[in-house]
Parts: sequence; structure tokens; C-alpha cells
Amino acid sequence: MLRRVLERLSLTDIFMWLTGGAVVAVIVVGSAATLSMGKYSGRHWFDFIIFGLAQGSIYGLIALGYTMVYGILRMINFAHSEVFMSGPFTACYVAMALSQSGFLESQPILSLAIIFMVAMAVSTVIAVLLERIAYRPLRAAPRLVPLITAIGASFFLQYTFRGLYGSGFQAYPDIRMLQGAWLLGPLRVLKIQAVVILAAALLMAGLYLFVQRTRIGKAIRAVSEDKEIAALMGIDVDGMIVRTFVIGGMSAGAAGVLYALMYRQVHFFMGFIPGIKAFTAAVLGGIGNIPGAMLGGVFLGLFESLGPNLFLDGLGVPSPNQLKDAIAFIMLVLVLIFRPTGILGERLAEKKA
Amino acid sequence: MKSLRLLSLVILATMLASAACAPAPVAYEDKIGVLKIKSGEPIVIAYWFVVAGPDASLGTDTKRGIEIAIDDKGGKLLGFPVKLIGEDSACNAEGGVAAATKLAANPAIVALVGSNCSSEARPGVPIITKAGMVTVSPSNTAPFLTDPNRGPDYAGYLRTAHNDKVQGAVAADFAYKQLKVTKAATIHDGSPYAEALQAVFAETFKKLGGTITSQEAVAPTDTDMRPVLTKIAAGKPEFLYYPIFIAAGGHVTRQAAQVAGMEKVILMGADGMFSPDFYKAAGDAAVGMYHSSPDFSAFAAGYKDFLDKHQKKYGEKPLAPFHAHAYDATMMIFAAIEKVAKKGPDGTLYIGRQALRDALFATKDFKGLTGNLTCNPYGDCADPRIAIYQTTADNVKKLVMPETPFWKPY
Repeated sequence: MLRRVLERLSLTDIFMWLTGGAVVAVIVVGSAATLSMGKYSGRHWFDFIIFGLAQGSIYGLIALGYTMVYGILRMINFAHSEVFMSGPFTACYVAMALSQSGFLESQPILSLAIIFMVAMAVSTVIAVLLERIAYRPLRAAPRLVPLITAIGASFFLQYTFRGLYGSGFQAYPDIRMLQGAWLLGPLRVLKIQAVVILAAALLMAGLYLFVQRTRIGKAIRAVSEDKEIAALMGIDVDGMIVRTFVIGGMSAGAAGVLYALMYRQVHFFMGFIPGIKAFTAAVLGGIGNIPGAMLGGVFLGLFESLGPNLFLDGLGVPSPNQLKDAIAFIMLVLVLIFRPTGILGERLAEKKA
Repeated sequence: MKSLRLLSLVILATMLASAACAPAPVAYEDKIGVLKIKSGEPIVIAYWFVVAGPDASLGTDTKRGIEIAIDDKGGKLLGFPVKLIGEDSACNAEGGVAAATKLAANPAIVALVGSNCSSEARPGVPIITKAGMVTVSPSNTAPFLTDPNRGPDYAGYLRTAHNDKVQGAVAADFAYKQLKVTKAATIHDGSPYAEALQAVFAETFKKLGGTITSQEAVAPTDTDMRPVLTKIAAGKPEFLYYPIFIAAGGHVTRQAAQVAGMEKVILMGADGMFSPDFYKAAGDAAVGMYHSSPDFSAFAAGYKDFLDKHQKKYGEKPLAPFHAHAYDATMMIFAAIEKVAKKGPDGTLYIGRQALRDALFATKDFKGLTGNLTCNPYGDCADPRIAIYQTTADNVKKLVMPETPFWKPY
């Protein structure tokens, strides 16, 4: 047994394990040093965790679109970040109109529903058009072709929206209902963040049940297992792929509005960074796996929020928060060293990757 | 065959002879090169500004300054039409390099105005200098760009904007002496502008006797500032100075009100986000905060005229603090061109590139909108007057910048 392990061990493996070990050591030492410093109280840590959860659940919602499309088409839909941008950018104008007419003030819940519906509709339309125009004609083409097409489509959409809505940014109006915070004993949770976390969790749960429990969900899963066999079984493969894009578009649109409600600014380039992060989250959770996307997103959000202050502050690194992206991506590398298929990604990898 | 070769030799000889006989361009020699503009062709001026994305108001504002300067000259210089072209420089190093490379490849450009952000200038200016061109920036304020040790790579660079050695010190002075705070924190976004400005602030503040609780950094594209603000709150400062740009600055302002321990901290930004767009980004959270920025009330009498023209041409008030600096930069360039350009007998205009640079660096007591400009050997031309402004609820509601300074150091 030991001999076989030794025989298989390559220099690369040893290097990877050493790197992983070193990173883990830095994390442990840094965290211990920070905690012993006593600079942050329990309330601070609670805040960091809530911030991370709110950010992470948005990443998770976007990551869904990446992971479902990957599951069914084995391609990375790099234009998904523009699906994310298009909805809230459009809905921002609706929100501003509602705010000016005073409707937002008098009927906040109805207004929010309208904003969400507009955003989700626009994102869905963009996602479906993307599939129909950019990806379907290339379904038989080699794998790299749709990938490059996706990047092209991403630029096309970005600059189309720049042309439509201008190159500057717009800001979502204040919604009084979502301002302020709820107090849970000594702990304080911002309303907007609680809403984001709850809404994302609900959407995720609903989606998971949809894919696992309904006939359409079953058909989508069948297509992602094997397109030809699914077609032989009488499943409308193209229809299922469109439905996948619809789900991805809707969740991206919803994620976009949640993001915009939290950060207010929307502009034509807003999808780029969250898109990359969400893609990372999808890979982190195991690409092709729906609960994995959510888990990956939350993981990433938590590391971004907690990482700099927990791992690096104690080591005396100056202004550690600018390194949060580096920390997020090092976490990705670390997870991939120990679990090359991502946190929940084993089922898929053996068969198709 | 042989006769053909002979013929070609003869033709070659005649060509050489005729070339030798042509009028020698001795009068138009220059160390770097001479730009020829045939009669009827335009004098091309280029800008490299951030004209797209969330920080576009800075670029649009300065671009308008140039356009009004061109209008004031009647669109003509020495009888030649003036043409303005430009590139977006995105307010980051990559964008600066891209814009500078593209513009440096265009030999028709006489001079440039730009860049907006110091991060663009650091890698971009050497490219422009190497191409023999000269650029005057209306809004770069990072100290190193005009540092005596800046090196020959920056020989083609001047600015009409103030040096942040001035701005950072004014901000620290205001915080310590006027607001009487003793504990301050800073945030920068890794850009040379913000990093240097907060460093000058922190240094001055400490020298005055205050304490800096932490100096933090974010990325310009970050949206979630709550973790970094929580970290700052743990140090219990009374004052937060974040001289960054509109997008990130808006997030900091909004989220500072939401982070426990930051509610009472006095906020202050700088000229990089002194714009109505910032009020759009920050919303009501901006009410009561301070900005350091050029003092418009100290501008020359011509500034009122400029504002009228601006209102007439664009139907709104200026979008950022550097339109007048851009106007002055353009006028300085025009004055230098008028000084060094020579007209040939056939009406062609000859402009020596080194001569143009020398003329710009020799600018002395130039009556601009922003004051009397005199360039030092390292390119600092500004007559820096920095004031502190406070934002009122009315400013945010109507999206207009405050007009009268809250405090000035002189």
C-alpha cells in the first residue's frame, strides 16, 4: 500500500501539498495571532460573518447560472455576467420612475415586486436570446468555439448597454423599508443584508426543489447526463436547454437587483467582477453541482469578508483588505489542491470532464 | 537590357540632383523632430481622459474645459483649424498605457491634454515622452509626477493641477486645527493619487500631534466596504479621510453610516470625488461630509464668463473640479504653439517638438482662470489654492456641488 502511494507520488504533487500546507500554516498562525490580539470583539466577528453571508449568497445566485449551463452544455457561459448586469441596469430606470412618482414611498412592497419582475424578465430575455443566437448554432462545434463566442457576446452586450444607457452609472433610489437595522439582543443586522440572505436562500431552495422534484427538473437532469439518450427517451433537448437558460437568467436578474439594492450603483461594467467571483464560486463548489454553487458562493463571501481581518491582521500585514481578492483566489487554489473537483463536485468529474 | 539599366541610373541621378536642389529645411530643425502642418490641415490636440465608466464625470468635465478653450480661440490657431481627438484612459494604469500608446502612434498630434488620474500618467507619460510629444495634465495631483527625481521619462509632462503635497497638508490642517479631532484613519485605493494623498495627510496630521489609528486600502472596483470599515471602527477614529474616486467613495460613504462604531465619525474626501455624480453614488449619506478641492472662489474674474459659456453649451453646471485647469492647460499649449510655430513660404506650419516643450516649461506668469501659472523645471505650473467644502442636504437633493468654501487656509 505504502509503496504504491510512493510510486504514484510525483514532484508536482509534493510541491502542491507543500504549498497547501504552507497556506494552511499561514492561516492558522495568522488567525491565532489576530484572536490573541483581542482587537475585535464577538460583535465584530458576527458583523464580518453577516457581511460575508450577504455577499456570498449573491455570488451563489449568479454562480447557479454558470453551473447549470456547464452541467447541461459543458461550456462556460462567460456572458452570464452581462445577463446579471442587464436586468438591474434596466430596472434601475423603473425604480427611479417609481421613486419620482412617489409610488415607491407609498407602496414599497409592490414597487419592489415590479422592480424584481422587470429585472428578471430582462435578464431572462437576454439569456434566452444569447442561447438562441450565440450558442445553439454552435452546438456541434468544438468546445473552444462557444467559449470564445461567449466572450464575444459578453463584450457585445456590455457595449450595447453602454450605448443604450450611457457610460456613466445610475444609482438606485433609497427604499425606506430596507434602511436601518434589526436588533437581535446585542447583535445588529442590517435590514438589507437580512433581506438579501433570506431572499437568496429562498430562491436557492426553490430552485433546488424544482430541479430535483419536478418533471421538467428531471428532464433537465437527464439532458445533462446524456443528451443523445435523453433525446431517444423523447425529451425535447433544445427546450430543456432553453429552460436552463431561463432559470439562470431569472436567478441572475434577481441576484442583480439584490446586489443593486445593497450597493446602489449600476453601470454597464458592473457584471464583470461579480461574474468572475461567481464563476470562482461555481468552481469552488464543484462546477455542474447546484448546491455546490451556493456553498461555493457563501464560502467565497465569507473568506472575502473574514479572511483579510482574521488571517492577515494578526501577522501585521498593512491594509489587508485590499488583498481580499487574493485571499479568495488562494482559497480556490487551496480547495482545488485537496479536492480537484471542488467541494461537492465528484459525481460529475469522473464521467464527463 | 543594358540601355534600360543606364536609363534607370540616369533617372536616379536626376532625382538625387533635384532633391539636393530643393529648398533646405534648415530653419526648422529641432532636437526631437519637426511637425509639419500643411495649409488647410488642422492642428490636432488630443486628450486622454476617463470618459467612460463610473468615474466618467472627471473626464467629461475636463474635456469640456478644452472644448470651451478651443471655442474661445474661435476654433482657429494661427489661421489653422484646431481639431480635438481623444482616447478613454479608464482611470487605471492599463487604460493609461492603452490610450497613451494609441495617441503616441499618431504623428499628427501637436500636444496632449491629460491624463485625469495619476495612475494613468505613471505608465502613460513615458510613452508620450518617448514619442517626442508633450502632455499637460489638468487633474493629476500625485506628487511624484513632478518630483525633482522623476527622471527623463517624464520630460514631456507638465500639469496645471495642484500638487497633493499642498492638498494633503490642507486637509490635515483642517481636521486637526478646525475640527479639533486627534484620531484619524485613512483609506486609499492603491492608486498613486490616493496613496500619496493619504500619506501626506497622515504625515502632516501626525506632525501636528494627532494619531492615525489605521491606514487601510481597498480596490477601486470593490463594492463591499463593510469589512474594511468594521476594521477601521475597531481603532475608534473620530475622522476618516478617503481621497479615492466616485464609485468606491460612494460605497464607503453609504456603508460608513451602516457600520457599528462609524456612525459619528466625520467623513472627508478629496477632489477626485468632488462631483455631482458622487452625490448620486453616495445619496443622503454624503450630507455633512467634507471635501478638499480647488478653491473656485479664488479663481480669476474670467471664471464667471467660463461658467456662463459652460451653461450655454452643455446646459448644466460643471461636473467635477478640473474644467478650469483643463481650460488653462489648453490655453497654455496654444500660447506655446503660437510662440514656437513658424510658417514656411508655402503656408506650411512648422512646429519643433523640443521647442514646444521648452516653451511650455518656460511658461511664466500666465494669466489663467485658476490663477497665475508659472511652470517650474519639473512641470508644476499650478497656483494652488485648496479649500474645504461641506455638503448640505440641498447639494445632494439637487446634485450640485457647494459653491462657497467652508474654510480656507489663507
